Amino acid sequence: MSLTNDTIKQKLTEKFGDQLSDWQEPYGMLTFTAAKDLNIKVMQFLYDDAELRFQFLTDLQAVHYPDRKGEELAVVYHLHNLVDNVRIRFKVFADITKPDVFTATALYQSANFMERETYDFFGVNFVGHPNLIRILNVDEMDYFPMRKEFPLEDQTRIDKDDEMFGR
Amino acid sequence: MSDTSHILLPEGSIEKQTTTLNLGPTHPATHGVFQNILEMDGERILKATSTVGYIHRAFEKLAERRPLYQITPITDRLNYCSSPINNMGWHLTCEKLLGVQTPKRVDYLRIIIMELSRISDHLICNSIVGVDSGAFSGFLYLMQYRELIYEIYEEVCGSRLTTNIGRIGGFERNFTNTAFEKLEKFLKEYPKTLKEFENLFTRNRIFIDRTVGCGPISAERALNYGFTGPNLRAAGVDYDVRVHTPYSSYQDFDFTIPVGKTGDCYDRFLVRNEEMWQSLSIIEQAYQKVQEFKGEEAEVFHADVPAYYLPEKKDVYTKMEALIYHFKIIMGETDIPVGEVYNSVEGGNGELGFYLISDGGRTPYRLHFRRPCFIYYQAYPEIIKGGMMSDAIITMSSLNLIAGELDA
Repeated sequence: MSLTNDTIKQKLTEKFGDQLSDWQEPYGMLTFTAAKDLNIKVMQFLYDDAELRFQFLTDLQAVHYPDRKGEELAVVYHLHNLVDNVRIRFKVFADITKPDVFTATALYQSANFMERETYDFFGVNFVGHPNLIRILNVDEMDYFPMRKEFPLEDQTRIDKDDEMFGR
Repeated sequence: MSDTSHILLPEGSIEKQTTTLNLGPTHPATHGVFQNILEMDGERILKATSTVGYIHRAFEKLAERRPLYQITPITDRLNYCSSPINNMGWHLTCEKLLGVQTPKRVDYLRIIIMELSRISDHLICNSIVGVDSGAFSGFLYLMQYRELIYEIYEEVCGSRLTTNIGRIGGFERNFTNTAFEKLEKFLKEYPKTLKEFENLFTRNRIFIDRTVGCGPISAERALNYGFTGPNLRAAGVDYDVRVHTPYSSYQDFDFTIPVGKTGDCYDRFLVRNEEMWQSLSIIEQAYQKVQEFKGEEAEVFHADVPAYYLPEKKDVYTKMEALIYHFKIIMGETDIPVGEVYNSVEGGNGELGFYLISDGGRTPYRLHFRRPCFIYYQAYPEIIKGGMMSDAIITMSSLNLIAGELDA
């Protein structure tokens, strides 16, 4: 018997109740939002449960929503059950002034670099990460470039005269 | 001699038993711009610290201002050994978001291109493993066929390395007869060369001694480290996106997934070789299916998505509607639907994922690339630990680390 989205939703609701919210199924993938402190508990439950068996962390990244006051940063986890071939996605939201989210490195080694990358670009502070330093950007950088307050250069600007690289 | 006559070294002395060795970032043996600081006891590695990077190009940020079709050239530069797979993966993601159904012929043509690039990716990796273990000739044998594959790309899209091949909905033009002739030539000649290459390596005593038991990883560790693709299959897990989540009509094809046992360099080599044979068989099946289309169907090379697929130039000059679409596409003024999509394809190195969030504007709100190399590279310090220095080099080449895929 293959695992359906309804079964997953039912099992999770039984365990965590209304701390999981915003259930959606965009393009067939079950998506929900968890309370910020619960991310590891949810992941551990999904990992350990004999029926759910979500034991592969496909992807981890963050999204910045400047308009959502108090929960500007979303950390998005994609998990995969390789036996039944089901994927799910869940998010936790964090305040940008105090972006502390528990690390998943204890459960998944693969989270190490992915969390470092997320920290590097969004400044999410993964509590308990063994080596939370920048990975793709220079070490001296003091801002988080993927946040929305850093726009790309205006393509129509005319004040720049660069003979070598011409524009 | 009594103990007292020894010179006692002070606490924290620089005189230590181990050597610190800096491997990379520019030494040719590191295959790209990554650096590893090794702590060596003689010839044996005790500890490794790896650095990723030096070629970060802010692709995810750039993508936030570009309309969908302008993001395709960015994806070229991820795994540049198999850029067509990246391009197709991106088109498939867009098509999933937009709800575009592609005709069967387009799917089959895409599969031909994707499998060709898988072959070009694997042949580079495997022949480089040969070079690193001291056998240069295999590399030269196979390299000429990568040239032939590139000629096929050139015939289809006009470029070779960073291909920017295909469009949302299909291809920019139909395959020419020359492209099919070159494909036939490839299908006829490559198996012989690949066989010769296998004869050189697979039962070669020196090669076996150098690679068996070198850089092994167990299935559990590989899964925990997020391995995908040939490296995971070499460890014994038969996970392949083409089979688990078929895209582009892979379900119509008959092929097997080779798996290894120990996950060492030799198994990775064998898995990649076998995958090349499977790819060849898929290409043959796809080519046969393409030839079965007759009449009007044989001319189909794109889906009917006027809002995203550029109209033909002669229509732009004569038809009002085509002109409007032309301008809307070029200026990127078509709003994309609101949605959240994760789509993945089986890249040369594993599951290449695209996570796209759209808020309904002309560009993605957020785009994230799941780059298989980046994720499995973190296992490198663990799998080279306790091995020889020269094993570390072979392990690196057999993992097929592509710098463009480490950084985004």
